[in-house]
Amino acid sequence: MEANITTNKLSARFSDSIIETHSHRGDETLVVRKQDIQDICQFLRDDTELLYNFMMDLTAVDYLGQEPRFEVVYHLYSLAFNRRIRIKTRVSESDCSVDSIVSLWPSANWFEREVYDLYGITFKGHPELRRILLYEDFQGHPLRKDYPIKKRQPLIGPNC
Amino acid sequence: MSDTAKDLHSEYMVINMGPSHPVTHGTVKFLLTLEGETIIDMKVDIGYLHRGFEKMCENGTWEQVIPYTDRLNYVSPLINNVGYALAVEKLIGIEAPQRCQYIRVIASELARISDHYTNVAASGLELGAFTAFLYFVEARELIWDLIEMLCGARVTANYVRIGGLKNDLPDGFKTKSRDVFKRCRELWADVDKLLTKNRIFIDRVRNVGVMPPEDAIAWGFTGPCLRACGIPYDVRKFHPYLVYDQMDFEVPVGETGDNFDRYLVRMEEINQSMRIVEQALDKMPTGPVNVDMPEYRWQSKDDISNRIESMIFHFKTVTEGIKPPAGEIYSAVEGANGELGFYLVSDGSGKPYKCRVRPPCFPLTAAMPKMVRGSFIADIIPTFDMINMIGGECDR
Repeated sequence: MEANITTNKLSARFSDSIIETHSHRGDETLVVRKQDIQDICQFLRDDTELLYNFMMDLTAVDYLGQEPRFEVVYHLYSLAFNRRIRIKTRVSESDCSVDSIVSLWPSANWFEREVYDLYGITFKGHPELRRILLYEDFQGHPLRKDYPIKKRQPLIGPNC
Repeated sequence: MSDTAKDLHSEYMVINMGPSHPVTHGTVKFLLTLEGETIIDMKVDIGYLHRGFEKMCENGTWEQVIPYTDRLNYVSPLINNVGYALAVEKLIGIEAPQRCQYIRVIASELARISDHYTNVAASGLELGAFTAFLYFVEARELIWDLIEMLCGARVTANYVRIGGLKNDLPDGFKTKSRDVFKRCRELWADVDKLLTKNRIFIDRVRNVGVMPPEDAIAWGFTGPCLRACGIPYDVRKFHPYLVYDQMDFEVPVGETGDNFDRYLVRMEEINQSMRIVEQALDKMPTGPVNVDMPEYRWQSKDDISNRIESMIFHFKTVTEGIKPPAGEIYSAVEGANGELGFYLVSDGSGKPYKCRVRPPCFPLTAAMPKMVRGSFIADIIPTFDMINMIGGECDR
């Protein structure tokens, strides 16, 4: 019961947005509609019974061959109640973007840049969306499943 | 008067600090906008040590990831090993035997001690305290002697396995660790005397790089840098894993969230970690260190040679890799820099579908501009030292 308070509160508030919920090995997961991700994150952060004040991790997974192809995964943590929750939202290849949550947590800034860099998912409203781990001239997004592991990049620099 | 003003260089100066700079231990570039000595703005450029950790993991077996984790935070590789092994065990739904859990606690704490030694030593060095550096590097060598005794390697340990360990605790480990800790405590007292009340050191670190607690949370701080703000969040206490709930230890917290508090928190954590190692050695139960599940953990060489099931499973796990059931989990341990999380997705095959690391120093490095804006260029050094950015972990 205690573990499900987040799911219950979110279902009551955003009944149309929640696509599915599941719990695996004690990890609560909610899959939500893409257009509501900012509202849901704000609700999770500010509701007095939830207070998910830490944006611990933000990443993406490429399920090549499925539609929608990508999942953006948020791991939130509530210090006050010592709870964790995983929020996922599905992003299709044709409309490869999701709303940025940098306005809610400044820590999301670099995490979103990393997902953009490695998966090519854009974050709408991000203040400075550019590559972070790779260089500007890098071609492609290496963590996509269709990026070959042995692909060579063209040489860059003044003498090329 | 107006003619003089016209000739003055009143625009901001933009300079590069790095990617290779003597006092940034780690390859990182700061693009600084300066007005005189004052920092107006800073951009941090990382990625110089990026080697595609996740892509490599997705193309190897679950077991083959362990040596890669050594190279994340290469100052405390054993914690990364333990964190990854615990994550895969959570995905499979197994638990390592009691003795294994105690040894993993010892390994983690030794790694934490060596990490904090390195951090404090390097910070001292970069602020001119060379003696403190030498003392703590001696202490770190002694801890590395213990780690070498445990697993044969000093830095890239590669010691923990999914469902167990490479080997049991060696004979004489307890006696040796007692001798090592005695010497380490003497060295700790020396460094404490050299730094904690040293006027020059305090002037460089106190009220520098201050992060208020609410900002630290918003920026995703964890570990000693968060605890320096007064928030006692420690994964070992809040989500006890292994046998940390049976250990008696304190979580030191600071008050102001400046670099001096971060230093003090780390110094005290060294002592607490030693307490944990001593308790774990005293309470250590006997028994096996590996789970008796040949589909996940190799059996002994004797069994592989003489029992047909063991041989079959050995063949299968070596050629195809172990196969955790499909699913996804997030598992966190307390790394030396903060919460080290692993988000694993399995599709039921022998290779990880997704192996994500939440690097603790990544959000800390992201907050560098916030911590140094408005202060002097020399303040970058202690702040960057104290967030302890490790290139291998930050860039993966």
